[in-house]
Amino acid sequence: MTDGLSEIYDDHILDHFESPYHKGHLPCPSCAHSERNPICGDQLTLELQIADGRVKEAFFDGKGCAISQAAASILCENIEGRTVEELRTMAAKEMLDLLQVPLTPSRQKCGLLGFKVLKTMLYSLDQPAAS
Amino acid sequence: MSPLVHDVAVTAAEIRAEFPLLRNTSGGDRPLIYLDTGATAQKPQAVIDKITECYEHFNANVHRGVHPLHERITAELEASRRKVAAFLNTRPLDELDLLDDASEIIFTSGTTMGINLVAQAWGRQFLQAGDEILLNPLEHHANIVPWQMIAAATGAKIVWSPLTPDGRFDLEQFEARLNHRTKMVAVTAMSNVLGTLTPIADIVQRAHAVGAKVLVDAAQSAPHAPTDVQAWDADFVVFSGHKLYGPTGIGVLYGKLELLDAMGPFLGGGNMIDEVFDDHSTYKRPPFKFEAGTLPIAEAIALGTAVDRVQAWGWDVIHQQEQTLLEACHARLSAIPGVTIYGPSVADKGAIVSFTVEGIPAHDLGTSLAQRGIAVRASHHCAKPLHKWLGLDATTRASFAVYNTQAEVDALAEAITGTQQHFLRRRGSH
Repeated sequence: MTDGLSEIYDDHILDHFESPYHKGHLPCPSCAHSERNPICGDQLTLELQIADGRVKEAFFDGKGCAISQAAASILCENIEGRTVEELRTMAAKEMLDLLQVPLTPSRQKCGLLGFKVLKTMLYSLDQPAAS
Repeated sequence: MSPLVHDVAVTAAEIRAEFPLLRNTSGGDRPLIYLDTGATAQKPQAVIDKITECYEHFNANVHRGVHPLHERITAELEASRRKVAAFLNTRPLDELDLLDDASEIIFTSGTTMGINLVAQAWGRQFLQAGDEILLNPLEHHANIVPWQMIAAATGAKIVWSPLTPDGRFDLEQFEARLNHRTKMVAVTAMSNVLGTLTPIADIVQRAHAVGAKVLVDAAQSAPHAPTDVQAWDADFVVFSGHKLYGPTGIGVLYGKLELLDAMGPFLGGGNMIDEVFDDHSTYKRPPFKFEAGTLPIAEAIALGTAVDRVQAWGWDVIHQQEQTLLEACHARLSAIPGVTIYGPSVADKGAIVSFTVEGIPAHDLGTSLAQRGIAVRASHHCAKPLHKWLGLDATTRASFAVYNTQAEVDALAEAITGTQQHFLRRRGSH
């Protein structure tokens, strides 16, 4: 009976859920943004330390389902060291691939919450340059 | 007959075969002749089957569960929304809007609800005392009364733009009434009585020049010609599923995303909230902000099927068949002494013919035609200001769809002649 469950809640996801990477806050983030998933109530804040166009440190905080929180942890781990330019072109599919588990469309919303926070933050960074 | 015309006729006949109701008789062996598509279209088998499939195979509520039924029905509903968006040629949304599941396509219960939604949600926020809402006599009551209601609530004023003598939209008179107080122009793309086609892109361009928004009532036009919200540049477009060969109880409101984002909600309830606190709530982005409660889900999904059918038939066949019927109807009816057809010539109208027969009240003519197996509408057609303009209480309306035939036009003409003979004989005997 656990086959279907273990497919989604595999060790990769549960490791990140139970021992998240960089869960907490940066003392002085370059930028921060929060969002909710109104369908199931997940909440997520992402904080980045950016220097020379590159993510030095990424922290998240939040509460909600294992998928949304593990995905945020995986995202933080992945984006550290990457350039802002790279992240602008990062597609939703890349985020879903990082999770390494099959998600139905409704659960993809959870898996993409942190990614959405990141994209919104990058968009806000663009605003002063654009105006 | 040229090969091209022959091909079109064959295709139209194939389309007709998709409609089970049209195989019925009207009692006895008399064929049913349905010339009332302007009121509601008949439904192709695919639409009827889709509703059954929804309830037999994946009935569940949408957007609020994680079980497979929920996943399936949500996917079907959102696929239908994308079909409608493509049907209206909406612009592609940017990445962040897509991540929010934002859409410019809102499911409503129909045209009437779509207009009420805009009148209330947009009007409450953007209309003030002294502002003007510009209407014209072609409008259906559904595109008049909601504006009167919000005008009464906000102190805005209704201004009427007159028609040309032959019942066309008068662009010059319209332009003369536009000014900095004009905040909304509500206009039909096709009159439900005269069939008049209005120059929507020209109307929108002139309205935007004074900063007014435009709502287009596409209830009648959507089944007959492409609706291109980008070419029109319209701010809001509404139509009903049931006139587009789809189910009743479902319709669509298109709105420019920035306007929908700026508007408050219309109805409050489940599914439309972001967060609910003790004393206030915040809302999701469009379309969900405007879709409180449970939608008519099967109907919304089957509307996608109706859109699929129309796309599969193609506008060329639809237009050619309807135009042929319209021309034939004008030719046959105008040859009958005592028959008057109202509105513009065939070149400026869609497949609707409203007429009167001298000495025969519209309602009696409708009943007589019904007895001969012909379904038409006889009334003011929810357009009293237009009938006031015509100086009539009622007209009889024959409205055509791609599934109608030349033989049905002939039957209409013969039935009118037959009714006249009956009434004239009685009159002669008194």
